[in-house]
Amino acid sequence: MDKLLISPSPHIHSGDSIERNMYGVLIALIPAFICSVLFFGIGAIIVTLTSVVACLFFEYVIQKFILKRQPTIWDGSALITGVLLAFNVPSNLPVWIIIIGALVAIGIGKMSFGGLGCNIFNPALVGRVFLLISFPVQMTTWPLAEGFHSSYVDAATGATPLSLLKAAVKSGESVNTYLMDEGFVGYGNMLLGNMGGSLGEVAAFALLIGFAYMLIRKIITWHIPVTIFLTVFIFGGILNVCDPEQFVNPLFHLLSGGLMLGAIFMATDYVTSPMSHKGMIIYGVGIGILTVLIRQFGAYPEGMSFAILIMNAFTPLINRYCKPKRFA
Amino acid sequence: MLKTFKIGGVHPPENKLSAGEKIQVLPVPEQVVILLNQHIGAPATPIVKKGDTVKTGQLIATAGGFVSANIHSSVSGTVVAVDSVPDAAGLSKPAITIKTEGDEWMPEINREGEAAWDTLSKEDIVKAIAAAGIVGMGGATFPTQVKLTPPPGNKAEFLIVNGVECEPYLTSDHRVMLEKGEQIIVGVQMLMKAIGVSKAVIGIENNKKDAIAHLQQLASTQTGIEVCPLQVKYPQGGEKQLIQATTGRAVPSGALPIAVGAIVQNIGTVLAVYEAVAKHKPLIERIVTITGKSVKHPGNYLCRIGTPVSKLIEAAGGMPEDTVKVIGGGPMMGRAMVNVDSPITKGTSGILLINEKEGARRPMRSCIRCGKCVSACPMGLEPYLLARLAMANLLERLEEERVMDCIECGSCSFTCPSARPLLDYIRLGKGRTGAMIRNRKK
Repeated sequence: MDKLLISPSPHIHSGDSIERNMYGVLIALIPAFICSVLFFGIGAIIVTLTSVVACLFFEYVIQKFILKRQPTIWDGSALITGVLLAFNVPSNLPVWIIIIGALVAIGIGKMSFGGLGCNIFNPALVGRVFLLISFPVQMTTWPLAEGFHSSYVDAATGATPLSLLKAAVKSGESVNTYLMDEGFVGYGNMLLGNMGGSLGEVAAFALLIGFAYMLIRKIITWHIPVTIFLTVFIFGGILNVCDPEQFVNPLFHLLSGGLMLGAIFMATDYVTSPMSHKGMIIYGVGIGILTVLIRQFGAYPEGMSFAILIMNAFTPLINRYCKPKRFA
Repeated sequence: MLKTFKIGGVHPPENKLSAGEKIQVLPVPEQVVILLNQHIGAPATPIVKKGDTVKTGQLIATAGGFVSANIHSSVSGTVVAVDSVPDAAGLSKPAITIKTEGDEWMPEINREGEAAWDTLSKEDIVKAIAAAGIVGMGGATFPTQVKLTPPPGNKAEFLIVNGVECEPYLTSDHRVMLEKGEQIIVGVQMLMKAIGVSKAVIGIENNKKDAIAHLQQLASTQTGIEVCPLQVKYPQGGEKQLIQATTGRAVPSGALPIAVGAIVQNIGTVLAVYEAVAKHKPLIERIVTITGKSVKHPGNYLCRIGTPVSKLIEAAGGMPEDTVKVIGGGPMMGRAMVNVDSPITKGTSGILLINEKEGARRPMRSCIRCGKCVSACPMGLEPYLLARLAMANLLERLEEERVMDCIECGSCSFTCPSARPLLDYIRLGKGRTGAMIRNRKK
């Protein structure tokens, strides 16, 4: 002790860090990853690995050679972007398309805004939507959940519950009869994830385990996911009661497509979601309503990605006008 | 469900290392340095000069204005200097230095017995408190007699006693409640009489169950005194937070506690009030916690005001090798000291030695907008936004976002995963915004 340090209070810190939160999210994604491997086989591993490696690579290259900064690829954020991008694409997507998706996600979605903390839109979703618009055929050719197998791009493909719903709405027939006629998998299978879809989105229960884990470790709060679930259920329910022929059971909305994955892991992205609890609830309601509207009335079968990106854009406004509850 | 304040708050590790240590008397030092501005407000005016002999408890400086406090000699001996000395922050401050000779107390101080006080009027009690130079001993050091005389038009409804001690490490109030419970209860009654209320609430956090039980038992035979156990949550000891926790009332932005009928006094202050009124003893000593993870013998000591902090550190086994910071107060709101030879003052509740491991800070990273600071803020502010506005020096915007409501509790900086020094920026912005508002009024 030669010299004493002088600094303003507080003199202790909670020990919380970016890494603790980011790696916490990755741990919470493990159950869903295991399920996707069990349902979609080797393709799930190839796609996830490619996406993660590509995201880390692009983050490193851009930070080191273009922005000329100290690379921070191990802070966990690029890892999450990689995993989430992979979870949002079919498990038979060719490797070169995944790499383009990773470049767009990290390069345009994140680094062009200045890197972690500065981006407006969820990087993984920017990548995913870019791929969906650029490669609509590959992005909507869904492998069936057939149990573990080693076929990759030549896996058997088929419809997802949401693509059935879109077809049903377009056919003009009663939604429920159409779904039953076309081999709808049933709600039990939807909960387990035994259905076609993007590789990480199918197993609702595994995603819910991750949600519980993140709540226990206080990585996220309940506000955004629970608001989205409730909004989709209530809004979908109201539509369903008004006209059951045209609008599907709200449980279908909750368990299908990327709703769970989006609500739990994508809409809760720190950087692109509102700061106050009140703001989070408004944001969640917005995502819920937009998702149901796009699914029932839009051109695409799935609305979750678009709904989150649209509400991402509103986040600065929500932060500006939605103040936390003051002390008095 | 125990009561607590409604929004925000954090749970720092409690680290109450010295909670089980009985109060020990620190030997009277060879020399004391008594600062003349140990309180908020005008410095006291010295009434002794170099060469004078003084007794323990003798008045040596009188209050220098309405918001100021008397100062007494804490030892008997000879005044060797009336000049300026470096304080804890290294800044030069007016002080009286006294060389100790024996320990002869002023004759009117009733060290053993207890004077009857039930015949005293409200005014007599306030007068005795003012004469004894009592200030808020939780750390804010606001002169107590001023707090007890609310501005006209305001009526106090209850007294709230702050036994929360929500700062990690500190245990001086805890020990006082355990060892001087009887005096505390009498002191509370004196204060109730002084402000003319019939109801008092003593708020204590539930990590001090022994103190809660002890005071509850003592209070049960008295009327109007309630002990209120509270959930453990920082910053419960903040005045506004404590009032909300115990009464459910929220003090409006910019207003004083009296606006909702409350007057808050710290446990240490209550003890000082008891001693002033029942023993005619001025505020010349206080209980100070000396603690830290590497400290050999953390403890609680009764110290004469003006004792060098280094003497207290010696009593606890000396300064550990790995000490990097010495804090006056607790780890959340205390001040880092430059000068460990600076004296203990009326507001020193503890001395905390921070070791290398605990003092280490990770470098600041970019804000990831996780919102954890917003959730942690007990005033419902947006620390990330205030910090950003302060960096950009946007004072009007800071005022709009209620920067002046910030109580500087440090929950935001404590909680930030990116280790951003949010409170540093906010303090800067708050200071500038406050100056702007004062200039506008002129």
